[in-house]
Amino acid sequence: MRPLRLLVSKAGLDGHDRGVKVVARALRDAGVEVIYTGLHQTPEMIVASALQEDVDAICVSILSGAHLALIEKIQKLLKSKKLSHLPVILGGIVPDEDFKKLAKLGVQKIFTPGASLQEIVTYVKSHIQPQV
Amino acid sequence: MRFMSQKEEQSKRFSTLSDLEIKPLYTAQDLKNFNPKTELADPGEFPYTRGIHKTMYRGKRWTIRLFSGFGTAEETNQRYHILLERGQHGLSVAFDMPTLMGIDSDDSRSLGEVGKCGVAIDTLADMERLFQGIPLDQVTTSMTINGPAIVLLAMYFVVAQKQGVSLDKVGGTIQNDILKEYIAQKEWIYPPRPSMRIIQDMIVYCTQHAPKWNTISISGYHIREAGSTAAQELAFTLADGLGYVQAGIEAGLDVDQFAPRLSFFFNAHSDFFEEIAKYRAARRMWARFMRDRFHAKNPKSWLMRFHTQTAGCSLTAQQPYNNIVRTAIQALSGVLGGTQSLHTNSMDETLSLPTELSATIALRTQQIIAEETGVVNTPDPFGGSYFVESLTNELERQALDMIQKINEMGGIIPAIEQNYPQKEIARASYHYQKQLETGEKVIVGMNKYIQKEEGLPIEILYIDDKAQKNQIASLKKIKEKRDEKKVQAALQRLRKAAEGKDNLVPPIMEAVSLYATLGEVSDTMKEIFGTYTERSVI
Repeated sequence: MRPLRLLVSKAGLDGHDRGVKVVARALRDAGVEVIYTGLHQTPEMIVASALQEDVDAICVSILSGAHLALIEKIQKLLKSKKLSHLPVILGGIVPDEDFKKLAKLGVQKIFTPGASLQEIVTYVKSHIQPQV
Repeated sequence: MRFMSQKEEQSKRFSTLSDLEIKPLYTAQDLKNFNPKTELADPGEFPYTRGIHKTMYRGKRWTIRLFSGFGTAEETNQRYHILLERGQHGLSVAFDMPTLMGIDSDDSRSLGEVGKCGVAIDTLADMERLFQGIPLDQVTTSMTINGPAIVLLAMYFVVAQKQGVSLDKVGGTIQNDILKEYIAQKEWIYPPRPSMRIIQDMIVYCTQHAPKWNTISISGYHIREAGSTAAQELAFTLADGLGYVQAGIEAGLDVDQFAPRLSFFFNAHSDFFEEIAKYRAARRMWARFMRDRFHAKNPKSWLMRFHTQTAGCSLTAQQPYNNIVRTAIQALSGVLGGTQSLHTNSMDETLSLPTELSATIALRTQQIIAEETGVVNTPDPFGGSYFVESLTNELERQALDMIQKINEMGGIIPAIEQNYPQKEIARASYHYQKQLETGEKVIVGMNKYIQKEEGLPIEILYIDDKAQKNQIASLKKIKEKRDEKKVQAALQRLRKAAEGKDNLVPPIMEAVSLYATLGEVSDTMKEIFGTYTERSVI
């Protein structure tokens, strides 16, 4: 079985990349193939990268409060590219009241401040399967 | 709990938050080669280790300056009036992400971001609403904006002129520290070199027309928030400062003409003594660089004046009331370190922008420190402490080593282009995260003393998407009302100035006074200057 391949991305205009970089590095150290897109990615750019890189899941980091709008757009684009089976994992500052809305939009898992690297790595390894 | 005998130490290694090892005891032995006359002197005397003023807070308290901004200009204006009424001294504007990137609210890239992390500014009309009823010759304003700083400063100046206030009476600070954007905060527009030209133009313009304006707030805050150590914060911030002084000199100014208007901005993190030592080392290092490297003659050029903000990254979403305590201790270190102004974070900032209640508690925290604790009674109370002086020396030594490395690379711009500070910070932040994972470092409520029931629920400020709709509608109206021909002609003059060498401030002031948008002005300069793309390092 090939190793997991994850797209790790910063969506929107938010430049806070400390968390995403730490998570990307921890995933890489845990044997996951990480494709880090860098900052300021539009939903279009994220979905295009997911398609080109043939990833097993999309991890998105948003700390600016724009998560609802951005996730909705990403999901819409995934659907149009027939990629809606791809799990989307969100990390960042997300108020409790948005959890339900995000789940409805198809977000599989949300990690908020305080989540440990171990927790994230364990989750990814047990819940994401390499595509066949 | 296990009790230990008095002789036994609790773990093998004691270290600061930045992982600097601390010895069991500091004594006179540690300072045996230390000359207090040259290393310390009195407060208000070179090299200012003990503070920039002779009397420090006995003469003038620090300025209480809480950073705020959200939603539309009207909403933020209301919050400013409340803060001023409750005893705040100066304003500090937080802009939303599109504004920070020089993008208009109606741009597709602004989707979901308008008014979220700060106030949305598209045109002069927003700026006029933001300062409605606030006389700009009587308050000082700090604006946290970098990539498009020149445009926001132009708008502010035009608002002042429209209030009948001449620019020589306008006081305040614009962050305008683009170098730390590449290093840490990551809200840039143009590549480093044209960005430095823009900053040169701003320094020159303000030196001539707005002498009370602080042209750059050289910021370590974001470097620290991005995960650096205290020594890295010190090193990269001062290296950025050296880069700006060099740029001012290259623009043809005498160092003493502009250096007194440079100010600094540091983080106040949780390691109490390490922070105090950091501020003391920073003042000493800057004074020496200015006098000995740049040959500044005016003592005002030697002074490092700085703003402090408590560490946002230290706050937890878990048991958020604990954040009040963290912030108070951090703020105290800023005060004991001799800060000139201070922002205290609100307890809810890991969850959202602060509510009115949490912002008021943050304000009261500073008032308690100022009025109740007695720490204002004498300058630099830790001066002469074996430990604090040793730590100050050590941080200085480490920072000077890094600055030397940057010099060898050809200065801060080549260092940034080679990703040196970015890589160092990423490494430090990963190291710290690992220490949290193993429990070697502790964050109460997060990796120790975890509580299932978090106690009192806290209310958070929820910003819905109405702000975006309102903002786009008002932008549309302005675009319909303005004189399109005049706007295009002004943008054309700006294009010419950007291609040539003319100062960019006057054509931008002209364009914004005709209600050209932030995005239009920024895009006009992008045509000439290009845009920056980061080579990401993990």
